[in-house]
Amino acid sequence: MSGQAIAVPVAPPRVSRPRSTWKLSGARRLLVPILLVALWQGAADAGFVSTRLLAPPNAIAVAAWELIVSGELPYHLLVSLQRVAIGLAIALSAGVSLGLIAGLSKLGEDAVDATLQMLRALPFLALVPLFILWLGIGEATKIALVALGATFPIYLTLFGGIRGVDPKLIEAGRIFGLDRWGLIRHVVLPGALPQALVGLRYALGTAWLSLVVGEQINATAGIGFLVMDAREFLRIDIILVGLLVYALLGLGADQLVRMLERRALAWRPSLIQEG
Amino acid sequence: MAEPVVSLRALSRRFHGPESPPVLDRIELDIAAGEFVALLGRSGSGKTTLLRTLAGLDLVTEGKAILPSRSAVVFQEPRLLPWKPVWQNVALGLRGSAARTRERALNALGEVELTHRAEAWPLTLSGGEAQRAGLARALVREPELLLLDEPFASLDALTRLRMQSLVSELWAAHRPAVLLVTHDVEEALLLASRVLVLANGRFIDDVAVPLPRPRRRSAPGFDALRLRLLAALGVDEDGHDAAAKAA
Repeated sequence: MSGQAIAVPVAPPRVSRPRSTWKLSGARRLLVPILLVALWQGAADAGFVSTRLLAPPNAIAVAAWELIVSGELPYHLLVSLQRVAIGLAIALSAGVSLGLIAGLSKLGEDAVDATLQMLRALPFLALVPLFILWLGIGEATKIALVALGATFPIYLTLFGGIRGVDPKLIEAGRIFGLDRWGLIRHVVLPGALPQALVGLRYALGTAWLSLVVGEQINATAGIGFLVMDAREFLRIDIILVGLLVYALLGLGADQLVRMLERRALAWRPSLIQEG
Repeated sequence: MAEPVVSLRALSRRFHGPESPPVLDRIELDIAAGEFVALLGRSGSGKTTLLRTLAGLDLVTEGKAILPSRSAVVFQEPRLLPWKPVWQNVALGLRGSAARTRERALNALGEVELTHRAEAWPLTLSGGEAQRAGLARALVREPELLLLDEPFASLDALTRLRMQSLVSELWAAHRPAVLLVTHDVEEALLLASRVLVLANGRFIDDVAVPLPRPRRRSAPGFDALRLRLLAALGVDEDGHDAAAKAA
């Protein structure tokens, strides 16, 4: 907790911190990124960095503002968000269904798991040429890429979570009169939820990755298109705006799942949650 | 004597096929309604296997067993579902309207003096509180047979004393038949009306405990019974292994 952590040989035990120090530490964590941006700006102003190769922060801000005002950025953002949303919806339905089938019955596991493990071994981005031949270069390929990439983490963590539920709790549930459906509803699924939510976070990460790749295939809209288009005109500032938007989207999605976790997993002691 | 709640006849249980040595070996056991029986035995004597059979967790393959329709278990570790507040854990598996089951759960929590923790998450409970919640979850079912699987083993000494008197009071109030599995000879003598000693899958002793309640360690006759049970378990007064000394 002290400022001179280097001088302290053993780190002080991390007990749950009161709120005020939390905020302070949040501000402290922002300090280095802000310093780096300032340094970047200073270096560009002093002429150490070619502004043609790396646009300075103020130029990026101006480009972003112009893109927002002209409506271009909101439009492309919406297109990208839509692709991710549809792809994720497909991935969620597929991943959850397959995870339930494999997790809840031995027969289901034999039927589903081996196949999915084999498919998973294949880097899914390698399927791009195949998808283009099958689905064309339109929306379908982009959505399929997002869906495919996000399905596996959801499936794997849900399957693992279901199988990892403490058998003693299941036994207790049986003794206290739960039938099979009751066990699934009250014991197995809530027990698998923490793992499945980790899977959802991974899935969101892969979804953005797939989106970036997908949008570089002959897109006419979307953040990826914005970036590729800017490359044609050597607009480094716009490329950087695109990257920034990707980063913010990823961060935002992560925060969303964390919020979901805080609500759905309120039963976990705060130490585990903040760790 | 009225119809017993539990009746086992020539009950055997093996883990690895019909030729393997039995874990339970032709057990005969009757437990009367409202009787408090303690089951003593060393680790590996078959105590837990017997309890699982009585709980209906293991199917009977050799011998006959008559078991009550309503039984409940309190486990050594509380086994509460961490994602349900305490009262929902108590109400788990109860049938009836939501309001009615909640009321029953709260009543049961009141009996173990845990009403104030009804809405708490199980992982925030202390060891003693968690075991009391487990007890409430068993009691709310109004069991004819209450199975206690070393429920005090992981509690500190003071909490254990309070839990023991709580169990004693609840038994006196509701009069279920109880089977308490324990390692602890004194605990058995403080609570039970009858103590069984299990070794190698057979009962080697069956001792009535005629001491008046509430039980005191200082009561006349307590120590004699304690020594007899320790001897049956193969341990002498100082805790030495009797068999090892003889050898």
